[in-house]
Amino acid sequence: MTKNALVLFESMTLKRKDLLDISSLSHDEIIYIFEAAKIFKKVFTETNKKFSFLSGRTVCMLFIEPSTRTRLSFEIAAKRLSADVISVAPSTSSLVKGESLIDTVKTLEAMKTGFIIMRHPVSLAPDFLSRNCEAHVINGGDGNHAHPTQALLDGFSVYERTGSLKGLKVAIVGDIKHSRVARSGIELFTKMGSEVVLCGPPTLLPDDFSLYGIEMTFDLDSILPKLDVVNMLRIQLERQKGSLFPSIREYNKYFSLTKDRLKKCRKDVIVMHPGPINRGIEIDDFVADCENAIIEEQVTNGIAVRMAVFSLLCGKTLEDINKEK
Amino acid sequence: MKLCIKNGRVLDPASGLDKTACVNIEDGIIKSIGEAETADETIDAAGKLVLPGLIDLHVHFREPGREDQETIAGGCRIAAKSGYTSVVTMPNTNPPIDNQALVKFIKHEAEKSGLLNIFPAAAVSKGMKGEEISEMGELHTAGAVAFTDDGKPVSSSILMRRALEYSRMFDVPIMAHEEDHLLVDSGVINEGKVSASLGLRGIPNAAEEVMIARDVIIAGLSKGRLHVQHISSGGSVEIIRNAKKRGVKVTCETAPHYFSLTDEVVREKLALAKMNPPLRTEDDRIKIIEGLKDGTIDAIATDHAPHLMNEKRQEIEFAPNGIIGLETAVPLMITKLVKENGLSYNEVFAKVTCNPAKIIKIKKGEIKPGYDADIVIIDPEKKVIINDDFVASNCKNTPFMGAELFGSVECTILSGRITYKA
Repeated sequence: MTKNALVLFESMTLKRKDLLDISSLSHDEIIYIFEAAKIFKKVFTETNKKFSFLSGRTVCMLFIEPSTRTRLSFEIAAKRLSADVISVAPSTSSLVKGESLIDTVKTLEAMKTGFIIMRHPVSLAPDFLSRNCEAHVINGGDGNHAHPTQALLDGFSVYERTGSLKGLKVAIVGDIKHSRVARSGIELFTKMGSEVVLCGPPTLLPDDFSLYGIEMTFDLDSILPKLDVVNMLRIQLERQKGSLFPSIREYNKYFSLTKDRLKKCRKDVIVMHPGPINRGIEIDDFVADCENAIIEEQVTNGIAVRMAVFSLLCGKTLEDINKEK
Repeated sequence: MKLCIKNGRVLDPASGLDKTACVNIEDGIIKSIGEAETADETIDAAGKLVLPGLIDLHVHFREPGREDQETIAGGCRIAAKSGYTSVVTMPNTNPPIDNQALVKFIKHEAEKSGLLNIFPAAAVSKGMKGEEISEMGELHTAGAVAFTDDGKPVSSSILMRRALEYSRMFDVPIMAHEEDHLLVDSGVINEGKVSASLGLRGIPNAAEEVMIARDVIIAGLSKGRLHVQHISSGGSVEIIRNAKKRGVKVTCETAPHYFSLTDEVVREKLALAKMNPPLRTEDDRIKIIEGLKDGTIDAIATDHAPHLMNEKRQEIEFAPNGIIGLETAVPLMITKLVKENGLSYNEVFAKVTCNPAKIIKIKKGEIKPGYDADIVIIDPEKKVIINDDFVASNCKNTPFMGAELFGSVECTILSGRITYKA
């Protein structure tokens, strides 16, 4: 990068109100988020320092679907930036009294909420919400659609080890059909130049992804030796009832990442899992605890990435972050 | 009372007539087509199309039950404004139209408005429960022209067989909303590239096609008249084309949105582009247009489905299915079929005049001496912008909001009386 380009990059910010999905981010914006996350991670893990970027601003966690780790991660990130954080739980909100989503959000806006972090069980709800409110909307996972901060933290976790995602072979394994983590992951890794391969039983692997030119396979063993990264998705046990796979036992046989399967991988393969893990189902104990697995690292990185997203969305630049660190 | 429509381009899809002429009307009946005769009132239609009043085989006017969405009187006004003189109302109201009193009520409300002929369709099963066939004879006598459980499929194949058999007594069509619920599997939009990327559950073409395949086979067995409603997929066109070749008594309709839009618009319009069956792919859209060209698809029906905006302003998965269709129908037929795909006016307008008239067996939809003077005058070159001012309907749920289209309805005439003038 020339000096001028670097200066330009240093003063870049995310010129958008919301973060709804990965497809609306450019390659450069993603790198920028990664670079900001690097700084935040160092400060977060090594000191107790709080940044002032969200001081006096209210961040509302609107979690219509239950979540523990994503909600905590956003909350810690917002607090590390000095925000006031409030939570709306679906069971205690007026949504259960039949208030529409728009009306709930209008109420939040009337209370001067600057950011709404939304988790919702149906696809495109944050997209719909963002068109009807002034606050920044960050998608914390919607239906089967998108989970952009998860994809960013997954990408960042690989990026900080390899320095680039270009040319990497990344497998996403499991229930692709019902996974927002998979959809956002596909978009992020593809955009950053990785080669994505999807793996799972045909009932959980929609053919339509091939229309986007993405490689798909039912045979996990055949791809293992080629992989740089393997991202194991959580399998939801209730899917079995819908005849999407016949039994956990049979699912394990073909798609579980076991010690034996790990041996077929390259030594430096990175094993990821968005959590929470079903130990012994999609991933066995040995693999979950081995050196290749970066599952806890992902959790730490989640906070750094979310701090970066908050800061960049409210107009801060890398320069600002470096100045305050 | 004599009325003369002068110097318009008179089109009669049934006979293929297409010439500049005057239409002379006396006491609500078409008297002659040719030279102008002396009249009490004349309308200058120079440069405009003069067509039989349009017939829509598929509208939802919501009364009784959801008068906040639309009433029969309100629906009549919108239909007249849109160039229609006759419509078939669907029976999935609350309560559903499954007894003579309700059929008569609907006809009475339409007569009171004086703006539109309504030919009600009645429920094919009692209470639309899909269990027992309705009293078709009584309902037919009261004025029902077809039977359907539209809004949902007749899932029971034996009920479909019995309905197609029994209806032969009255020579009325069974109109079928074709959908295999198990294959729909709580899908929200078309299953394909768009549903894969948006993570919305998909409805495969197969959900529509397997039911159509079943019903054309049952129609062959029972020798009844099957009319397949709102077909959206290319495969459906192929199944019906094939059944017609084999001599099955089957007709079908599509809706303007299926030849105008694809599921790609869901990304931008969200719930405003949600309907059932869903918008499909470009490949399906092209095959629907081919079906219209080669006559496989007999009719264009709007599936006019008013929903309040606050019902549509919800998460897409929770929002109801359906869009309004009457007001955008003429502009879409002219813009998408005539201008973009080169169909002739007579080819296109046959689908909303003589063909639907034949399906429900009414002596309408033609400009011919002795026929009711139901006529529409259209300016095909005049641009309309679909916006809040243009949409007079109580409900504004249309994905075409903002579109600029060709084709403006200038005047609608029902039995010799003007029911709408731009």
